[in-house]
Amino acid sequence: MTNVNVVAVAKSYGTVPVLTDISSHFEEGSFTSLLGPSGSGKTTLLRIIAGFVVPDGGTVSIGDRNVTNTPVWARNIGMVFQSYALFPHMSVAENVSFGLAQRGIKGAEAARQVERALEMVRLPGYAKRRPKELSGGQQQRVALARAIVTRPSVLLLDEPLSALDRRLRQEMQVELVRIQRESGLTTIFVTHDQEEALTLSDRVAILDRGRIVQIGAPQEVYERPRTRFAAEFLGDSNFLSGSVRDRAVAVADGTLVQVSGNLPAQAATVTLAVRPEKIAILAADQTGPQGWNRLGAIVKTVIYAGPALTYVVEAPDGSLLKVFAQNKDGVVLPEGRPVALSWSPDHTVVLED
Amino acid sequence: MTIAARLYLLLILAFLYVPIGVMVAMGFNESSLYELPFHFSTRWYSDLSGNAKLMDAGWNSVMIAIITAVLATLLGTMASVALSRRTFRGKSLLKILLLPPIAIPWLITGTAMLVFFFWTGIGRGLHALLIGHVALAIPYVVLVVGTGLQSVRVDLEEAAMSLGSTPVRAFFQVTLPLLYPSIVGAALFAFAVSLDQFVISYFLATPGFTTLPVQIYSAIRKGFTPEINAISSILLFASMAVIIIVARFAKPGGVRDKR
Repeated sequence: MTNVNVVAVAKSYGTVPVLTDISSHFEEGSFTSLLGPSGSGKTTLLRIIAGFVVPDGGTVSIGDRNVTNTPVWARNIGMVFQSYALFPHMSVAENVSFGLAQRGIKGAEAARQVERALEMVRLPGYAKRRPKELSGGQQQRVALARAIVTRPSVLLLDEPLSALDRRLRQEMQVELVRIQRESGLTTIFVTHDQEEALTLSDRVAILDRGRIVQIGAPQEVYERPRTRFAAEFLGDSNFLSGSVRDRAVAVADGTLVQVSGNLPAQAATVTLAVRPEKIAILAADQTGPQGWNRLGAIVKTVIYAGPALTYVVEAPDGSLLKVFAQNKDGVVLPEGRPVALSWSPDHTVVLED
Repeated sequence: MTIAARLYLLLILAFLYVPIGVMVAMGFNESSLYELPFHFSTRWYSDLSGNAKLMDAGWNSVMIAIITAVLATLLGTMASVALSRRTFRGKSLLKILLLPPIAIPWLITGTAMLVFFFWTGIGRGLHALLIGHVALAIPYVVLVVGTGLQSVRVDLEEAAMSLGSTPVRAFFQVTLPLLYPSIVGAALFAFAVSLDQFVISYFLATPGFTTLPVQIYSAIRKGFTPEINAISSILLFASMAVIIIVARFAKPGGVRDKR
């Protein structure tokens, strides 16, 4: 149970930069997801913290120890790999006790700790099995038990659930959170699955082309995305561009859109982000709640999915916006119908780029 | 299986084993001129024990093959691990350079070795034969062990290191046990390459120190006697026994994990 600190870490392969000036603090006992598309550098960052990759610059510390130049095997980490990486020639118990043996813990004491770890991942009684006799989900649990049994300073997870099917993945997500809470290990989790990142972690770091573009609590990152990339990569988002006029933003047809948060100077061009589920779709003559933004639009496409509807509407400037609606009254607006969009200024986010 | 397929299989087995069977049988035939009818006799085997030249050559062959198998497997495995797990300058060049010796005719390799050994003063004899055989067997070992290494995932070693193992210990605790079938296979290969070797042995052997194939060749030139059948049979059964025992215990390819 330790803080992990990454300061000004950079890495490039040849002339290709993979990570540029990454600094981040991972608090003791926290669960942080590194979220990004492939090539964003999230795995490289994890491997730098693990010690498999030596950064070109910057420092990594685990607890109060600067481990930048410490090899993997002396860092006291626990790691779960995408492919599980269980040792096929060893039994479950031998796999789990491998790390204990490296630390000189053997015999009855090791057996006791292995048993406890297997109980924690809910696989008691599997000690004598071989990895290939287990299902994917069970192998994943063994890999987790092997990583936590040594009480590592930090638990690193490299897309551990991506090889599992959907149902099993959801089950393991719940387990993972439970085990993390019970063990209290500082955990860093790499994923490209935004839903996984939001549901599992205390904090989400969004990476794009070797930089952390935003880091914060899931709700904070989702509700207040700072950049277009963050808004788009985490969930769906609509974008409106306009220019600042009288502490509001004038969009294409001159409609003034009220926003929350700070705006740049008068006449500056800005992009606003609005989540599709925050927008209410109204009949053209209906009025929305007091103080909400209102924008005329025309329904272009309706996607009916039972409990929910997705409308694609055309804004006055010709751009297409997405609106998610609950199917509360069973009414489906036809294509071509003029409508009014209504949303709160609180949900109108001014982007930095 | 259709009758045609059975016949085809039978034919293949016949072409493989009938000549060997005839050779073994003739070792037990009384006639020194391979005449029929067959009269069972162990006379060639008792004569053989008196034929010091052939017996010595046989022992030399087995000894060289065993030493070659051990040395080539050790060196070849180390080379293979370096080529697949480490990065260093000239690695891809080295990888390419290891393969042509398999394709170069032994006659050319043998001539080259003879010239080189003469020129450097290494000369001929046991030590020269060992150097030659080991050098010849290494590419086969690198090839066989290299293929095996590809099936041992790198992340297994990484997992071991994340658990506190140094790279050397990770290799011995994880990679080596998984590589064991490949290494045994490679050793058998090296053993066979050495035991079979005629051309290079012919160049590097001295009148005082020869291997069995070379001795058989010079014996045949003077006239064929069933003693040759006898020693060939002994060698044949000995090497078959080794292969069967090893195959039984190492289960090549059987214990490898598919994941």
